[in-house]
Amino acid sequence: MVLATIFESGVGIEFYMLLATALFVIGVFGVLYRKNAIILLMCIELMLNAVNLLLVAFSTYFGKADGQLFVFFIMVVAAAEATVGLSILVLVFRNARSVDIRLFNKLKD
Amino acid sequence: MSTELIIATVLGGLTIGSSLMVVLSHHPVRSVLYLIVTFFLITANYVLMNAQFIAIVNIIVYAGAIMVLFLFVLMLLNLSKENEPRSSLFMKIAAALAGGALFLVLFSVLKDAVFTEYVAVPGAESMGLVKSLGHLLFTKYVLPFEVSSILFIAAMVGAVLLAKRDKQIIE
Repeated sequence: MVLATIFESGVGIEFYMLLATALFVIGVFGVLYRKNAIILLMCIELMLNAVNLLLVAFSTYFGKADGQLFVFFIMVVAAAEATVGLSILVLVFRNARSVDIRLFNKLKD
Repeated sequence: MSTELIIATVLGGLTIGSSLMVVLSHHPVRSVLYLIVTFFLITANYVLMNAQFIAIVNIIVYAGAIMVLFLFVLMLLNLSKENEPRSSLFMKIAAALAGGALFLVLFSVLKDAVFTEYVAVPGAESMGLVKSLGHLLFTKYVLPFEVSSILFIAAMVGAVLLAKRDKQIIE
């Protein structure tokens, strides 16, 4: 028998809510824990993916395709954000020979 | 316990484990490789939820384009374990406490959420295919679609402008 979705087989929406929350919190933890600016950008990607996972789960659960299109738009924004963020980091590295996030404290002076 | 529940639980556990390794591994290249594994596992979750188009786009855009960009920049900057910036012990403990507190708050809020029972909508198995999503994209969401192309051009111009040296811009 082919199931229409995973939710017919006893996996609840709560499972995916817990998974997405855990992924999002790991992303927040990474942003606070690491000092390497490239890894901070990667943790932001992780948080975006947690939100994507939850959007797809709700979209499938309620049978509406709109959520999956929002995931598509989030991916577009994430791609643009990664490009600009990484080029800023390359510029910072060229001037300071380091990718320490604490270098941005100099912007205050 | 059904087979689907076991598969979903194992996939979820692997996803959380590999995303934790992204944060905790000291070598930046190893973090990037773990992030690629995480994206593939999230793609497997999408396939499990019948979102086929999003699954393929996730592999192409995230695991393909964005992670290649990250890996390329990492190789270009030639970072190693020695010059990796370290945070102090106080900051690490504070980060763990803040993350744990956030998880506790989010979990205790979401725990009490009540949802309607799942009812199978007719045509639910073909909802994540290109046909239905493309139709929606070019009718209801055609304006956001066009605006996102402008965003892409702005990002492209910005990246080129930032990566050029100052002298080249003046000349």
